[in-house]
Amino acid sequence: MSTKTKDNNPAEAGSERRLNMIEAINEALDIKMTEDPDVIIMGEDVGYFGGVFRATAGLQEKHGKNRVFDTPISECGIIGAAVGMGAYGLRPVPEIQFADYIYPGLDQLISEAARLRYRSATDYIAPLTVRSPFGGGIFGGQTHSQSPEALFAHVAGLKTVIPSTPHDAKGLLIAAIEDNDPVIFFEPKRIYNAPFTGYYDKPVEPWKTHRDSVVPEGKYSIPLGKARIAQEGEALTVLVYGTMVHVAEAVCREKGIDAEIIDLRTIVPLDIEAIEASVEKTGKCLIVHEATRTAGFGAELSALVTERCFYHLEAPVERVTGFDTPYPHSLEWAYFPGPVRIGEAIDKLMSE
Amino acid sequence: MAKGPKDAATKGANKPALSLHVPEPTYRPGDAVDFAHIVVPDAGKQPRPDETCEAIETSDLCYDLVRVLGDDNKAHGPWDPKLDPDTLRTMLGHFAMVRAFDERMFRGQRQGKTSFYMKCTGEEATSISAAMALASDDMIFPSYRQQGILIARGYPLIEMINQIYSNKGDKLKGRQLPIMYSSREHSFFSISGNLATQTPQAVGWAMASAIKGDTRIAATWVGEGSTAEGDFHSACTFATVYNAPVILNVINNQWAISSFSGFAGAERTTFAARALGYGLAGLRVDGNDPLAVYAAEKWAADRARANAGPTLIEHFTYRAEGHSTSDDPSGYRSAQERDEWPLGDPVTRLKDHLIALGEWDEDRQAAMDLKCAEEVKAATKEAEKNGILGHGLHHPFRTMFQDVYENLPWHLEEQAAQAKREREIKWPGEEPWS
Repeated sequence: MSTKTKDNNPAEAGSERRLNMIEAINEALDIKMTEDPDVIIMGEDVGYFGGVFRATAGLQEKHGKNRVFDTPISECGIIGAAVGMGAYGLRPVPEIQFADYIYPGLDQLISEAARLRYRSATDYIAPLTVRSPFGGGIFGGQTHSQSPEALFAHVAGLKTVIPSTPHDAKGLLIAAIEDNDPVIFFEPKRIYNAPFTGYYDKPVEPWKTHRDSVVPEGKYSIPLGKARIAQEGEALTVLVYGTMVHVAEAVCREKGIDAEIIDLRTIVPLDIEAIEASVEKTGKCLIVHEATRTAGFGAELSALVTERCFYHLEAPVERVTGFDTPYPHSLEWAYFPGPVRIGEAIDKLMSE
Repeated sequence: MAKGPKDAATKGANKPALSLHVPEPTYRPGDAVDFAHIVVPDAGKQPRPDETCEAIETSDLCYDLVRVLGDDNKAHGPWDPKLDPDTLRTMLGHFAMVRAFDERMFRGQRQGKTSFYMKCTGEEATSISAAMALASDDMIFPSYRQQGILIARGYPLIEMINQIYSNKGDKLKGRQLPIMYSSREHSFFSISGNLATQTPQAVGWAMASAIKGDTRIAATWVGEGSTAEGDFHSACTFATVYNAPVILNVINNQWAISSFSGFAGAERTTFAARALGYGLAGLRVDGNDPLAVYAAEKWAADRARANAGPTLIEHFTYRAEGHSTSDDPSGYRSAQERDEWPLGDPVTRLKDHLIALGEWDEDRQAAMDLKCAEEVKAATKEAEKNGILGHGLHHPFRTMFQDVYENLPWHLEEQAAQAKREREIKWPGEEPWS
C-alpha cells in the first residue's frame, strides 16, 4: 500500500536539518560512495569541478580520481562504458549533463542496459543509475528544458524515477543506486534550489521553509515504484511528478480545491494501487506533466485510469501538458503548463 | 543573392562541377578476379617494437601487414611466437572443430531446425588464435562471428547448439536469436544484435579492472563495417583517454553484408591507421596467418597488462561464405574471390606449417576432421533431445516475463496472467505454463 508514510513527513523523524535538492543529491552520492567501494561516478565536468550544477561537488576530492572522474563529451561512450563497468561488477552512476543530451546514449540504454539481464538470462546485469537534470522553466530553450521521460517509460527493462523534493531526492537516489536494474534518475533542475509554483512573476519560496526540505542525516531510502501522497483530498486526484508537483499544489491552494495530489516519484514501475485508490475515492483525475502531449506519459496514465477506474469516474480524465512543439525560449511561459492551463482543466473537471 | 540551385549553379559556372564519389568494389558477380593490387609483404619482414613502446612507434605497422608464415610454410621473423607443436595442434584442432560446427549448423538451418546461422569460415584464426593468446579469464566482448572463441575456451558444443535451437536446454531461455551466445563462466559477454555497442562496453570493463587494481584485461571484436558506428569512435576515445587495458580487434573481412569495405573508408586508408589519430597503438595483421594473429594479440595483451595502453589490431582477412543463412553473396560479389584471395585459408596454412615441421600429416588431419564432425554430430543429436525450434520443446511460457527486471513488477504480473489465460483457452486441460 502506498498510503501516507512517515517518509512523507520527515519533520516527525525529529531532525530539522534542511537541504536544497542539490545538497540532498550530493549527500546521497557521498553516502553510497562511502558505503560501497563499487559505486563510481562519471560524466562531463563531474570530477574536479564538481558538476555544472554542483551535484558532485567535493566528491572527487573525498573519494579519489579513480572513483569520481570527468569523461570525454560522448554520451554513447559514457553509457557504454558504464554498461561494461556494470558487467565487471561495479555500480556506476553516470551523469548526463542535460536530459536533452541523453539521445546519443539511447542505443546503449535501450538496446544494451535495458536488455542485458533479459538477453543473457541474468549472466550479466546493468546496475547503473543514470542521473540527468531535466525539465524547463529556466529559459533553457530547446536543448536545456526537455522532459523525455516518456521515451524511457516505453522501454522494457528500464526504471524511471523523478523526485520532487530534497527529502525524496536523497532517499530515491540511494534506492536507485542500490537497485540492480538500470534506473534513469531525472532531476527537475528548476527545483534544484527552490520549489517552483509556476507563478514565475511572484517571489520564489526557498527550500529553507518547505516541509519537504527536512533531510535526515545518514542513510535512508525510499522504495522505487511507490508514490507519495503530497496532499490528501476528496474532490479530485492530480497525478503529477517533478516540478509540476509544486505547480499543481500551488494552483489547488490558490483555487481552494480539496485535491488529492499524488507525486508518482517513479513512473516505471508505476504505483498503480495509489492511483486506483485515489481515483476511486475522488472520481476525477487530472494528469499534469511538462513534457509534450502526444504519446507523453500522461497518455499512459490516462489510459490506465480509464481502463481501471472507469465506473468510478464522474468526468473524462484531463491532461495538462506542454504543447506539441519544441521547447521555445522567448515564449517559455506561454509553453509551460502553468496555473492558467491547470486552472482551466480543474474548472472543467469540477463543473462535471 | 542566390535564390536556389539554379542561381547557385549559374554563379559558379566558371568552376568545375563537384562530383560525388560512391565507392564500388573491384569485382561484381561474373567478373574475373585479380587481387594483384593487394600488397602482400614477405613474411618475417615486419619489425616488432617493444610492447611498451609509444603508440606512434607503431605507425609503419599500421600500413604494413604483420606476417609470420611464409609461402614455404615456415615461421619467419621477429613476430614468430615460437609456439610448441602441441599448442599448434591444439589450435588446429579448434579450427577443425569450428569448421565442422559451422558446416553442421548451417545445414541444420537449411533443414529447418533453427531460424538462422552465421559461419565464420576463413576467419577462424582471428578468433581462435587471438583468444589463445589471452588468459582464460580475460574478458571477451565479441561480435557475432567469434564462435571460435567459445570453442577455444571449452564451452560445451551442446550448449551452443541448445542456444541455436532455442530449445528447453537453452541457457538463454530461447530469448535470443541463434548464435547470440553468452557465458559468464567463460568470460564471454552477451552478444547483442546492435553493432559496435560492445566496443565502449569492453573499454568500460577494462576501466573497471583498472579501477579495482585487477590484472585482467578486456578484448573486443568488431567487423570493419561496424567501425563506422559512433560507438567505435567513443570506444577508441575512452580507451586512449583512460589508458584502458583493452584490445580492439577489427576484423576486416572485406564485406559488411553486401557492402565492400570501401563503405567503411577502406579506399583511402587502413583500419589499423585509425589507431594513430586516437593515440592508440595499431597493428595490421595477416588475419589468415594464425601465428601472426597469435603474436599480435599477445603483444597487445602484454602491452595492456603492463599498463602501457590499449591496442587496435586490424585483422586483414576474407569472409569466405555468405554473411548469414539469410544472405546469398552471389548477388553482389564475384564467386571467384574466395579462391583468389591472396592470403589463403587459415586452416590450410596452419596445417601445412605443422606438416612442414614434421609434426603433422594429411592422414592425421583427415582423422581429426572426421572426429570433429562426429563429435558435432553427437552433440547435435544430444541437443535435439531438448528440442528444435518450433517443435514445442522450449522453456516454460512464464519465463518470457522473467528477468526483464530483477523482480516482476505488477504490470508484468498482469501480462503474465493474460498469457496464462490465453494458453488455457488454446489448450484446455493442459498445464498452461509449460
